[in-house]
Amino acid sequence: MVDLLWLAPAFPLLGAVIMLVFGRRLGDPRSGWLATLAPTASFIVVVAIFADLLSKPANERDHVVNLFSWIGVGSLRVEMAIVADPLSITMALFVTGIGALIHLYAIGYMHGDPKYSKFFLYLNLFIFSMLMLVLGENLLVTFLGWEGVGACSYLLISFWHTRNSAAVAGKKAFIANRVGDFGVMIAMFLAFSTLGTLSYSGINEAAHGGTLAPVTATAIALLLFLGACGKSAQLPLYFWLPDAMEGPTPVSALIHAATMVTAGVFLMTRIAPVLAASYHFAPMIIAVVGGVTALFAATIAVAQNDIKRVLAYSTVSQLGFMFMAVGSGAYVAAIFLMVTHAFFKALLFLGSGSVIHGMNHEQDMRRMGNLRLLMPITSLTFLVGWLAIAGVPPFAGFWSKDEVLLHVFANNRALYVVGLAAALLTAYYMTRQVIMVFFGEAHWHDHSEEHGAHGDFVPHESPRIMLVPLVLLAGLSVLGGALQLPFTAHTEFLNRWLAPVVEESQISIAGTWALDNKYLLMLVATVVALAGIAAAIAVYVKRVVRPLEPRVLEQAWYYDTTVSQVIAGPGVRAFNAIAWVDLHIIDGAVDGVAALVRRSAGVTRRAQSGFVRTYAAVIGLGAVLLVAWFAWRSIT
Amino acid sequence: MIAVVVQPTPMWYLLLSAFLFAIGTFGVLVRRNPLVMFMCIELMLNAVNLTFVTLGRELGSISGQTIVFFVLVVAAAEVVVGLSIIVAIMRRRAGVNADDLAELKG
Repeated sequence: MVDLLWLAPAFPLLGAVIMLVFGRRLGDPRSGWLATLAPTASFIVVVAIFADLLSKPANERDHVVNLFSWIGVGSLRVEMAIVADPLSITMALFVTGIGALIHLYAIGYMHGDPKYSKFFLYLNLFIFSMLMLVLGENLLVTFLGWEGVGACSYLLISFWHTRNSAAVAGKKAFIANRVGDFGVMIAMFLAFSTLGTLSYSGINEAAHGGTLAPVTATAIALLLFLGACGKSAQLPLYFWLPDAMEGPTPVSALIHAATMVTAGVFLMTRIAPVLAASYHFAPMIIAVVGGVTALFAATIAVAQNDIKRVLAYSTVSQLGFMFMAVGSGAYVAAIFLMVTHAFFKALLFLGSGSVIHGMNHEQDMRRMGNLRLLMPITSLTFLVGWLAIAGVPPFAGFWSKDEVLLHVFANNRALYVVGLAAALLTAYYMTRQVIMVFFGEAHWHDHSEEHGAHGDFVPHESPRIMLVPLVLLAGLSVLGGALQLPFTAHTEFLNRWLAPVVEESQISIAGTWALDNKYLLMLVATVVALAGIAAAIAVYVKRVVRPLEPRVLEQAWYYDTTVSQVIAGPGVRAFNAIAWVDLHIIDGAVDGVAALVRRSAGVTRRAQSGFVRTYAAVIGLGAVLLVAWFAWRSIT
Repeated sequence: MIAVVVQPTPMWYLLLSAFLFAIGTFGVLVRRNPLVMFMCIELMLNAVNLTFVTLGRELGSISGQTIVFFVLVVAAAEVVVGLSIIVAIMRRRAGVNADDLAELKG
């Protein structure tokens, strides 16, 4: 069964090829249905393999499928190999599962778009790349997927490229990711030059066995973390993600919330032994970056008015939580939060897409309000997502966030406070969003006046095909916590399931104060979540105090502006200086060689007179000289 | 009457061929008409043929005469190419003067 793992990426690739060739002929909505089949088929394959692995003993749940030898140059041997182990199958399960749901949703959402089939082509290509990323057995196969999802992300962000802001956002995402990819590439070079292999098993065994020097391990871990910062939108490279919301909403849900942005967390988990073998400050840096990002993004989300931008900053913040967990050596908690976050963030994005769809492409929350009666299913499912992300028990987000905070507390109490603050803000800004969109006064009347042509504008509920994924994801957001309930070892399914992959690198918290008092910490987390919700209700419903939305937060701490100014000022000057060196010194050397050749050729070319008779004379003279030379030699 | 029988020796043939070769070389160097230059080249080739035959006969080897056939065939092919080039040039320009054809001047 496991040998059929290659089918999982093969289906979306086939789907993409079919879309490419026949997409336009299939049209709207048939191409969408066909494209939805691809991730669904992959999902079935992955579920079958998951069941197969479950039936085996824990230490035999690791299968490498060698498809073919990809590169064999000198001592560099890279197999096109994919691996079925608990980590990759967990990732593949939710990538294909949520991917299929979002394909289904997109059939309705993209209805009537002139580039309908091309959208599904990109989506299928994305699923293929993402599966290569998570299933890859070595860094290069993962990197193939890594670049593939980056390219798909670029294509889909700028899908409506006639809009200038979309085109710019696409480029921004691509360039920010390039900065991170540079780190991944250097890490690969380093791994190959020190270990002679790129395969995860080789690298991780070396890290376990102690043949990997701590310096090298630290360098590899931090360089890969740079890549993770780019892909998973952490400080200092987070700024592309909010702009990525220019893409169609299914894309925001699939790529920029549920799957692609978690690739960084996945990569860190994949190389967990390397992190464990590196100096102590490496995981510390990761945890601090994650914590700072979580808080930083949460403060910005408080003051955003675009329905999708709030969710985008929320995603950045949640990814920060995941990196906090990774840096604290709590890989299971990171994966747990990743999975539940995929559920509820996909749900929230699809819900916001449903709202945008019903509001005729209005994204400003100040023009919404009181939509709960007009869009009952959307609002109900959105409320489930809200409670999940805010961390209210017993929704999925509560269990996963609590698990993360528990490990962070055991590792570093200052970070725990930062995490709590971020969690408080999360509950606050999500409540604010829910109130602005679904409750309070309706502001969409102003909207209709502005558009005029619509006449009496009334927001409408979305078609059923968009509501089915919402309901399914809402169900998962409620029940997702069951994956890992922290009561007894028996209820911690994810812990047992992932143990073969991360057990040796996981930092144990057994016997710490945190674990002994985990119910107290749970209570604290619940109180914090409820406090955040209560505060938002007090501000936005009861209007006890005026909303605190300073301009500095609305402008994202002027981070974007600062980056732009630094790049446009000293940055451009530095690049100009480098360009000068290139033009005058490197190019100068090349041009100098060329000029030298040209000058010497100018002298020697005079010999070519072009007169046939001169040539004949020279040939004759040469012959005479040769004869004379032979004659002289025979005499002496 | 004493009949003086002049028996030609190989040296005579070699001298003749050297003479012919010198005429050919001189012609190529001094004449400007490509046709004449061409004929001079043929003369040089045949001078060499003569030496081949002479020396082949003197040494009792058949290879001297064999090589001549090769030279004749190559010369015929060369004439075809050379004459067609000359005809093509004649069609494009008024007169044909080897010194005017200096387009390949460096």
